[in-house]
Amino acid sequence: MNKYISVILLLYLFISGCAHTVKNVTTEKNGALYEETLPNGLKVFVLKDPNAPLAVFQIWYNAGSIHEQVGKTGLSHLLEHMMFKGTPKYGPKVFSKLISRAGGVDNAGTSRDYVFYHQKLAPDKLYLSIELEADRMRNLLMDPEETLSERDVVMEERRMRYDDDPQSLVYEEVMSTAFRNIPYRWPVIGWMEDLKRITRDDLYAYYKKYYAPNNAMIVVAGNIDAGYVIEKIRAEFGSMPAGGEIRDPDIGEPEQSGERRLYVRKEAELPYVLSSYKAPNISSEDSYALEVLAGVLAGGRSSRTYRSLVDEKRIALSADASYSSLEKYPSLFYLDATALPGKSIEEVEKALYEEVEKIKKEPPDEREVQKAKNRIEAGFIMGQDSLFFQAQVIAMFEMLGGWELKDKYFEGIRRVTPQDVRRVAQKYLVEDKRTVGILVPVKVRSEK
Amino acid sequence: MRNEKSRKRPVTRYPLLVSVLLLFTVYCLLSADAHALDIQRSVLENGLTLLVVERHNLPIVKVSVGIKAGSIIEPEEKAGLANLTAELLASGTGRRTSVQISEEADFVGAAIGASGGDDYVTVSLSVLKKDLDLGFDLLSDIILNPSFPEDELNKKRERIKGGLKAQEESPGFVASREFSKAVFGSHPYGRLITGTSDSLDRINRDDIVRFHSAYYAPDNAIMSVVGDITPDEISAMLKEYFSGWNSKSLQTSVPRKYEPVRKRKIITVDKDLSQANIIFGHAGISRDDPDYYAVHVMNFILGGGGFGSRLMQNIREQKGLAYDVHSFFMANKYGGTFQAGVQTKNESANAAIAEILNEIEDIRNSAVSDTELADAKSFLTGSFPLRLETGARIANFLIAVEYYGLGMDYIDRYPDYINRVTKEDVLQMAKKYLDPENFVLVVVADQEKAGLKKDW
Repeated sequence: MNKYISVILLLYLFISGCAHTVKNVTTEKNGALYEETLPNGLKVFVLKDPNAPLAVFQIWYNAGSIHEQVGKTGLSHLLEHMMFKGTPKYGPKVFSKLISRAGGVDNAGTSRDYVFYHQKLAPDKLYLSIELEADRMRNLLMDPEETLSERDVVMEERRMRYDDDPQSLVYEEVMSTAFRNIPYRWPVIGWMEDLKRITRDDLYAYYKKYYAPNNAMIVVAGNIDAGYVIEKIRAEFGSMPAGGEIRDPDIGEPEQSGERRLYVRKEAELPYVLSSYKAPNISSEDSYALEVLAGVLAGGRSSRTYRSLVDEKRIALSADASYSSLEKYPSLFYLDATALPGKSIEEVEKALYEEVEKIKKEPPDEREVQKAKNRIEAGFIMGQDSLFFQAQVIAMFEMLGGWELKDKYFEGIRRVTPQDVRRVAQKYLVEDKRTVGILVPVKVRSEK
Repeated sequence: MRNEKSRKRPVTRYPLLVSVLLLFTVYCLLSADAHALDIQRSVLENGLTLLVVERHNLPIVKVSVGIKAGSIIEPEEKAGLANLTAELLASGTGRRTSVQISEEADFVGAAIGASGGDDYVTVSLSVLKKDLDLGFDLLSDIILNPSFPEDELNKKRERIKGGLKAQEESPGFVASREFSKAVFGSHPYGRLITGTSDSLDRINRDDIVRFHSAYYAPDNAIMSVVGDITPDEISAMLKEYFSGWNSKSLQTSVPRKYEPVRKRKIITVDKDLSQANIIFGHAGISRDDPDYYAVHVMNFILGGGGFGSRLMQNIREQKGLAYDVHSFFMANKYGGTFQAGVQTKNESANAAIAEILNEIEDIRNSAVSDTELADAKSFLTGSFPLRLETGARIANFLIAVEYYGLGMDYIDRYPDYINRVTKEDVLQMAKKYLDPENFVLVVVADQEKAGLKKDW
């Protein structure tokens, strides 16, 4: 076992006789991880890393776009924007200003599975994060006029990220075609038609329901005094009442029988193909082999798709395969490629499938599989250089059932054999479970 | 786990662009606290400048080599030569084919590669400590012995041309290219570092071999090494792998400084877009300009400071016209630009431009408030450790400090550079370096819907 990524549980510590359960978990190299759940359900992780001259604060809510209703998509992300609009205590629109004045930076992100808010600060300014986040968890102003104005901002964001980016439009269409039922079928940023219809009351009701301590998790990392941080978090968050129980939608995706194919016709320069296959998440043992398969197909310039499509056949500008098992619902395994000028997208798509078929016929050799595993582990070790990444890893695994899954994940990767890679290719990368999106460039205008 | 692709990243509240640009112009924010960087600088016998920061928290090493072989020194008719040379380094050497290089690096999860730039090119290595030997072997092989195989050149050229075409899909790229061309005219900063389809066709293998042999010399380079490595280990690595790198005593002409010619110019590009991508700006300052820090503080208040900035407050927060609006001074060695950029729905293009102009007029006409100045200073001086968190960031930062001659004590002096700026300075800088009359305005949009005013 690699000592830099194994996290060993050393001891359980009960700090006081009350209802706080505190686990003190020590990693071999980088200090200690403290875990505690407050009586109101708020989960807290504090990772002490004495090497970094800074602190990272992240608060994660189980309030991603999977919790939205049809007709109101994009609500979770718009609410994320509204979280910066102020509370009675601090006044309107000062959150980022207070952080910036303290020499810190802050931002937030929304995904299908969660939303998170984060700050990076000098360790002695961490109290600010704790106070401000506690305040905005329950006391948002949400002025109706501000809401309308921010809705306009998000529409501009949508135009920028999707409507004027042809490859992103293909992705959006592929997701909504591949999934018929589960909430991954709509985009996190929301459909434009829905954005127009979201009201202040929609947002406020959603906020009140999902932004509660029992639906949140805090991860703090850095050169901090863990005892102080936990005390401060208890003081600021501890008195909040728990909200109602939040459950993820209990929903399944009907079986797909037959390829689905779609075209996006849009002003663009080069044709593009995004081909996606139904695949399981980390709850399946197969997920590890799928991660390795993605590495064999597209990990680095020596990988199969790069060598075949980009280097040897010279038909693609880029070719890629990707898969992430760290999602709540079953997701997709992607292949994608952009054609070089003058090359047909049919030829490019065919060449991608040829690489898949080769693996189905004959397992990759040991060295290739080892290379993919090494890249996953090295990438993880290098990622540890960022406190933000360290905190994020804890949170993402915790969201999926427990941060200890991180170890299970690497053990799973190490177990993968060439035969496993071949088997999962045969099992999941099949035509009938495939949804293919093609960008067909059309010329609308000529430049002046 | 694998890096998630951009399409799977969460939708964020800040435009990433702003933070990237901020990083580029702010770049050197350091504070002299207990965690200040301990930089060891030395110049080796062959003339190579070596900068080292030891960090033993993780078993990783980052190396950056900055070589003064950027596009600024290439001839106009061969535009793209410097970038092509850099990009071909890892495509074959006397000892290894292109495939062997990527195979060896990929197998240990290392990253090695080179990227072009206008002032200098950067060759970088990221490797686990246990694979240090292999890493340095590969690094020296691609810098010292690239063979520039003809077929690799042809493939690379084809891909760069394909990439240029693909980038036409990005309105931001098109706007930025048109802006640089208009501001810099025939100066090299006005060209794309990739060159154009035509100029790429004019480059042959001999050009590349000559360019490499002329400029890839230790006395024309800066190497930074950051991570889990001791000075002794570095010496051993350099002796083993870089001892054959000999100085060349280059006799090169100094690139010409950009002499601004200011006149109003409006450029429109018509595309089937829902948003207008707008850049407003003009010539700026070079990195060695004594006004650099005061200008930087002024710009932070105008549009460099994220949510606190005036452009953001006005155009996004009050009017809801845009997701992203920002301004920055890009200060290179031989010249620079000021740019304010915004993306807004076609129909609001005129309104957004008017507000940018209003804010520029405003900051030129009256002093900023005490709070604005204090906030700018506290952020700029206080946020240093955040920006140099990772080894890769530090490695690139060290190259910039050396290349721009900022001095090894830059870290200690930076807070003073910022703190001494006064409200009067800010006003003076705005008057001197912002020009609401003679500017370049680029609008990439659906022009019919944008209905751009004729008299901007």
